[in-house]
Amino acid sequence: MTGKTLSEKIIGEHCGREVKAGEVVIVNVDLSYVQDGTGPLTVRRMKEMGLEKAYNPKKTIFFLDHASPSPRMELSNDHELLRDFARKAGITLSDVGNGISHHNSLEKYACPGDIIVGADSHTCTNGAIGAFGTGMGSTDVAAAIALGKTWMKVPETYLVTVNGRLPKGVYSKDIILHLIGSISANGATYKALEFTGDTISDMSTAARSTIANMSVEAGAKAGLFTPDDETRNFLKAMGREEAFRELKSDEDAEFEKRIEINANELEPLIACPHLVDNVKKISEIGKVKVDEVFIGTSCNGRLEDLHIAASILKGHTINPNLRVIVTPASRRVYMEALRDGTIETFMDAGALVTASGCGACDGVHLGILGDGEVCLATQPRNFKGRMGDADSFIYLGNPAVAAATALTGEISDPREVM
Amino acid sequence: MGKAWKFGDSISTDLIAPGRYFHLRSNLPELTKHVLEGARPEFASQVQSGDFVVAGENFGLGSSREHAPTIIKVAGVKAVLAKSFARIFFRNCINIGLPAITCNTDEIDEGDELELDMEKGVVRNKTKGKELDFPPLPPVMNRILQEGGLVAFIKAHKSLEI
Repeated sequence: MTGKTLSEKIIGEHCGREVKAGEVVIVNVDLSYVQDGTGPLTVRRMKEMGLEKAYNPKKTIFFLDHASPSPRMELSNDHELLRDFARKAGITLSDVGNGISHHNSLEKYACPGDIIVGADSHTCTNGAIGAFGTGMGSTDVAAAIALGKTWMKVPETYLVTVNGRLPKGVYSKDIILHLIGSISANGATYKALEFTGDTISDMSTAARSTIANMSVEAGAKAGLFTPDDETRNFLKAMGREEAFRELKSDEDAEFEKRIEINANELEPLIACPHLVDNVKKISEIGKVKVDEVFIGTSCNGRLEDLHIAASILKGHTINPNLRVIVTPASRRVYMEALRDGTIETFMDAGALVTASGCGACDGVHLGILGDGEVCLATQPRNFKGRMGDADSFIYLGNPAVAAATALTGEISDPREVM
Repeated sequence: MGKAWKFGDSISTDLIAPGRYFHLRSNLPELTKHVLEGARPEFASQVQSGDFVVAGENFGLGSSREHAPTIIKVAGVKAVLAKSFARIFFRNCINIGLPAITCNTDEIDEGDELELDMEKGVVRNKTKGKELDFPPLPPVMNRILQEGGLVAFIKAHKSLEI
């Protein structure tokens, strides 16, 4: 019998037998969560199923992160419904201000080797520490909450090896944009991506989470990293080193495809409107005037991302023709940025800092785009109409590109200001 | 029988159920008034019960929001036909009992009259007098769809065992 991939190992452990890619199995779920956009429907589905109790309430989380705090009465009512149901069922509530589900999950709940299902497509962010996180819809997660199980197909795996040293101004965001641009937005549909190589080993958990997060933008079911010393240190810093365990693909595991990326050759990249795989080198996009710069989200809203942007903005003032909105990913990130002066740097430069959460990314509040407006965002998606008006334009880039753009008022190469 | 509404490639959930109507997610009849608004603004007001959404590659990419397939179903659409589907959207369709059919949609034009035969695995294009085969769903999904979706399935069996 040949060796196993990370996905085959994790899924096998959760259904009590050895599995191979392609099999359909029922697995035990370690952690289930919803957010305020998908949770109300999950609650409704649980009621329709006649199953109003959580199988494991302590490992079931309701995150109020998309409309945080609520900008509309309808959403306030949705929040009340979730708070009330959580209270009655003993489910853990992460209320407004605590930040994005996936980052709270990495900080507090997820463990290497877990199976995590979330009613949010970016649940794959949990792959940063070697947890098999995958996004599903409200009904699937309702079943997982109630039964403690879900069904899934064991995915085939694409092994992505990244070697080399990232040049100045180039970050993990550019690695995943490069990959999506090369294989397309459905280039890994139904597959697991597994990331390895020197560049990955040297990367922080925060930087890995950007890549794990955007794996779904290539269609992938999961984006996995091997838990290593960095993972152990991250969990230790979060006060839960005991959650660490070693787990890796076997040497002779079968990978459906192998993809190699040379980090030395990468440049800052931009995903242009209106698809994430419309990726261009920053040197090739020409002059693009920007109305809003948005720094944050499940993709690039961690302390490291804020540091990258703040180091460029420090001592400067943003261009008067645009607004710069900073949304820390979690309460923890916000607090750390507050203590170390990063928030002050943003405020001094003329940016505004919002409560932690998903922020402007999905067009609910805190930076909705108007007709014809252009945004440069560090978020994972740029679909037409996502951030507001159907005729607005979203460009995606790394946090240094965001900061350089904030200074000039048009999409700018950070290498010129670093 | 129903009429084909043609869409292109990469129809995202932001085009199907835009974030600007996030506050309507608990009000499906109102949200349905905006279904697919980002791709074809006239669709929501003109679609007839029994019509088909016919699209290209990677239909439903993006968010996990189940509201996207749900409002397509609430609008009366019989099935979504596409060359390929995004993973979460596909699974959501089956869970809510909306057939998601993978077939060569180049053979279908706007306004063609279509008939879906799930048992035989064919879409009949009455306008063109052609039949389009489609592959069977994986057994687990077929069973869930046949029983009317995941809620009905779990209500009946109190389990996922199939």
